[in-house]
Amino acid sequence: MNTSSDLQGLIFGRLTWDAIPFHEPILLATFIAVGLGGIALLAAMTYFRVWGTFWRDWVTSIDHKKIGIMYIVLGLVMLLRGFSDAIMMRAQQAFAFGGSEGFLPPHHYDQIFTAHGVIMIFFVAMPLVTGLMNFVVPLQIGARDVSFPFLNNFSFWMTAFGAGLVMMSLFVGEFARTGWLAYPPLSGIAFSPDVGVDYYIWSLQIAGVGTLLSGVNLIATIVKMRAPGMTLMKMPVFTWTALCTNVLIVAAFPVLTAVLALLSLDRYAGTNFFTNDLGGNAMMYVNLIWIWGHPEVYILILPAFGIFSEVVSTFCSKRLFGYASMVYATVVITILSYLVWLHHFFTMGSGASVNSFFGITTMIISIPTGAKIFNWLFTMYRGRIRFELPMMWTIGFMITFVIGGMTGVLLAVPPADFVLHNSLFLIAHFHNVIIGGVLFGLLAGITYWFPKAFGYKLDPFWGKCSFWFWIVGFWVAFTPLYVLGLMGVTRRMSRFEDPSLQIWFQIAAVGAVLIALGIACFLIQLVVSYIRRESLRDTSGDPWDGRTLEWSTASPPPAYNFAFTPRVHDNDAWADMKKHGYVRPTGGFIAIHMPKNTGAGFIIAALSAVCGFALIWHMWLVAGAAFAALLLTIIVHTFNYKRDFHIPADDVVRVEGARTRLLAGHV
Amino acid sequence: MPPLKHLRGLLLLPATLLAGCGTVLLNAPGDIAAQQGRLIVVSTVLMLLIIVPVIALTIFFAWRYRQSNTQATYTPEWNHSTQLELLIWAAPLLIIIALGAVTWISTHTLDPYRPLRRLDAARPVMPGTKPLVVEVIALDWKWLFIYPEQGIATVNELVAPVDVPIQFKITASTVMNSFYIPALAGQIYAMPGMQTQLHAVMNQPGEYEGFSANYSGAGFSGMRFKFRGVGIVDFDQWVAATKAGTQTLDRAGYLQIEKPSQRDAVRRYANVEPELFQAVVNRCVGAGAVCMNQAMHAPAAHPEPAQK
Repeated sequence: MNTSSDLQGLIFGRLTWDAIPFHEPILLATFIAVGLGGIALLAAMTYFRVWGTFWRDWVTSIDHKKIGIMYIVLGLVMLLRGFSDAIMMRAQQAFAFGGSEGFLPPHHYDQIFTAHGVIMIFFVAMPLVTGLMNFVVPLQIGARDVSFPFLNNFSFWMTAFGAGLVMMSLFVGEFARTGWLAYPPLSGIAFSPDVGVDYYIWSLQIAGVGTLLSGVNLIATIVKMRAPGMTLMKMPVFTWTALCTNVLIVAAFPVLTAVLALLSLDRYAGTNFFTNDLGGNAMMYVNLIWIWGHPEVYILILPAFGIFSEVVSTFCSKRLFGYASMVYATVVITILSYLVWLHHFFTMGSGASVNSFFGITTMIISIPTGAKIFNWLFTMYRGRIRFELPMMWTIGFMITFVIGGMTGVLLAVPPADFVLHNSLFLIAHFHNVIIGGVLFGLLAGITYWFPKAFGYKLDPFWGKCSFWFWIVGFWVAFTPLYVLGLMGVTRRMSRFEDPSLQIWFQIAAVGAVLIALGIACFLIQLVVSYIRRESLRDTSGDPWDGRTLEWSTASPPPAYNFAFTPRVHDNDAWADMKKHGYVRPTGGFIAIHMPKNTGAGFIIAALSAVCGFALIWHMWLVAGAAFAALLLTIIVHTFNYKRDFHIPADDVVRVEGARTRLLAGHV
Repeated sequence: MPPLKHLRGLLLLPATLLAGCGTVLLNAPGDIAAQQGRLIVVSTVLMLLIIVPVIALTIFFAWRYRQSNTQATYTPEWNHSTQLELLIWAAPLLIIIALGAVTWISTHTLDPYRPLRRLDAARPVMPGTKPLVVEVIALDWKWLFIYPEQGIATVNELVAPVDVPIQFKITASTVMNSFYIPALAGQIYAMPGMQTQLHAVMNQPGEYEGFSANYSGAGFSGMRFKFRGVGIVDFDQWVAATKAGTQTLDRAGYLQIEKPSQRDAVRRYANVEPELFQAVVNRCVGAGAVCMNQAMHAPAAHPEPAQK
């Protein structure tokens, strides 16, 4: 008896049937729906016999374009999860008045707001940003892939399996009930003894490895693999912002890894870094997590700024105004983003001088940001603006984002922050900059580069529907939160007593429904565009009259991107080539040296996820075995010498010949 | 100068709109919160100086330079102007210099650790005025208020005289909370093992909301209390009535109420063990626990190692 329970403990740890939420109807219904959907998907994949291509062309692919697309698919799938959390919160807060509990007990509600934040930042915004950088940067700098193609595949799968662990917490056990940054002592073992915080820690640690390595990879790519002639000050602005973002990633993510490692030690090994007793200090955690956390928001927004710069210049058919000041502004923001973290906790009781220092550094960031806004504005000045969807997102962004920037600077004034901190005003502020800045930018970027990735444009009608639902929905959802914040209503509440507040939450819920329609229109747009792909087809490879190198190659680009490495003479390289009557070479092709696919990245990431899952549930035997297998796979992979191959010259001739015929037909 | 005057009126419009909202943050009855609310309005107006033109220009340029308007000038190669560059860096810089000055001054004058200098805009604090001291302990999930000078304590009820400076000393029993009465003053974190401070004054009698503004677990939503500002005579009567009660808060009693509970009714204690708050801050309420401030000196208590 005793030995059998020991054995069970060794294998299953604290995982029992109780961990499956049979008693929660919402979760059970979701679980059944996901299960049926998953089975249908697997069956369809078997029926259409796509497992082979799925494995060969996607899972094991080291092609930066396919990895970029997979990142974006991951981000969009997780957006649906993160948004369903959002709409449940809005519904709960719209109902839970006058003694009503709403439909979510605190135990469930607290997991939802935690999961919403974690998923939206780590598994929606980050994959979408990384995906766009992965897809676009090598094309923009005239490279054939990233510096470390295998690492790129491995990074993606680490992120994907991290997301998988978060999703698993929905059905096996539970997620953290601590808020998205898991402040101790609440997240310590004394006050959160269950598996929720462990799911949080291990999913972020696994995804964090992926993010960090992808940062290293893209820095090396941008620094070392630019086409000849592309000096730093001739790089497209998106590449510049990608460079700065990845510098931030490499400098910031190790801090997150370290602080979560310390929290794990507190939880697993009984240390006292952040506990209340024995010299532990939770303030240290709050400082460390924000030293990562504040640069993190710039990691997200800088590439969005880059996207807007590309879009505004392309659709105004004009050079970007103030390229140099745009670059300097980006670099200044990169550096300053490390000097402001304390503004997240002015209310911790630092002295007035410390608080004013961090308040003023925060405000200073608005100077380069303001300069950027003016640069976009003066790019529009005396341009010829085409109101295609990416440009609409850009104008929507400029109007929405400046309000978010203003409320942000307001929150940087410490005495104002004392009354607005943790209030719904704060929630409205950061959604204003993250939706109005990052998300609008990503949607602009996805619409802008979609024809490059797939060879046909996205259907504009459904795109415009999505745009209007998003922008109107955003303001309807978040203006009430600004007002509620000024009424002194704090965040993360699951029930309210004052009935006069209810109307505001009901308006906000309507806004959330409008945003849901915006997301639905976006998904319809993808489907409609796929169905109508022949009429939306772009054979030129340059559907928007683009200005940078990615538009010089075919859509979708061949595996090798460029048959010949382009030579760059101007920061709008492709516009410059077009102006000087560039003639595309049609002969003299040679074999191209390319990296070879491998499944090692997927296998190592899968084993990391198994190891993480086992650690969450204290399955020490499984964790040890998975870790040993992981090390073994890494060692075996180092002996894999078949890492590259040559695309034969004949294949290049065939692909380029097909494009020559297509271009001839186009004109 | 009628045009300038007109312009100035326009600039004040958003401010009056905001002030007209009638929300507690912008019309606070406590002097500190009122100053903080005014700071929100001032900063917002200062920033609108640049935000409004930017939004207007965005809309205007988008309309003026639309593709179909072939009348508009089109200069595809124009991408630099030193004067404009100076302007677009200098304009936000000037606003931030002004706002930075406002920030530096207001952060120091409204420092929650600084004893009050005024009761409201018209009345300074008379020299020698003793503030009412209230010790605040955030418990799971309720608030304990100790009045050390009166020797009384309450749970989930805070009563204070109007126009008398209040000094709060704040800590927490287990996890982080934030002590916040929007009508009175901005919030300050309540943290276990640490003591934070807040100085404030209430200028109008009335009943106001108080709560925790930092998520602290399952009972967080119910972690609310009423703050009652009363006349000085009413306050003395309330203290006397509380002192006439029978309940005493000693260490054993504290360990009882420290246990997690939700939506507790108001409780009043006629007597409080002195030094209870210091014991909570130093995490040594329980029998045999070494206080943190003494643990630092503990090695001195051990006999010195024998000299060789």
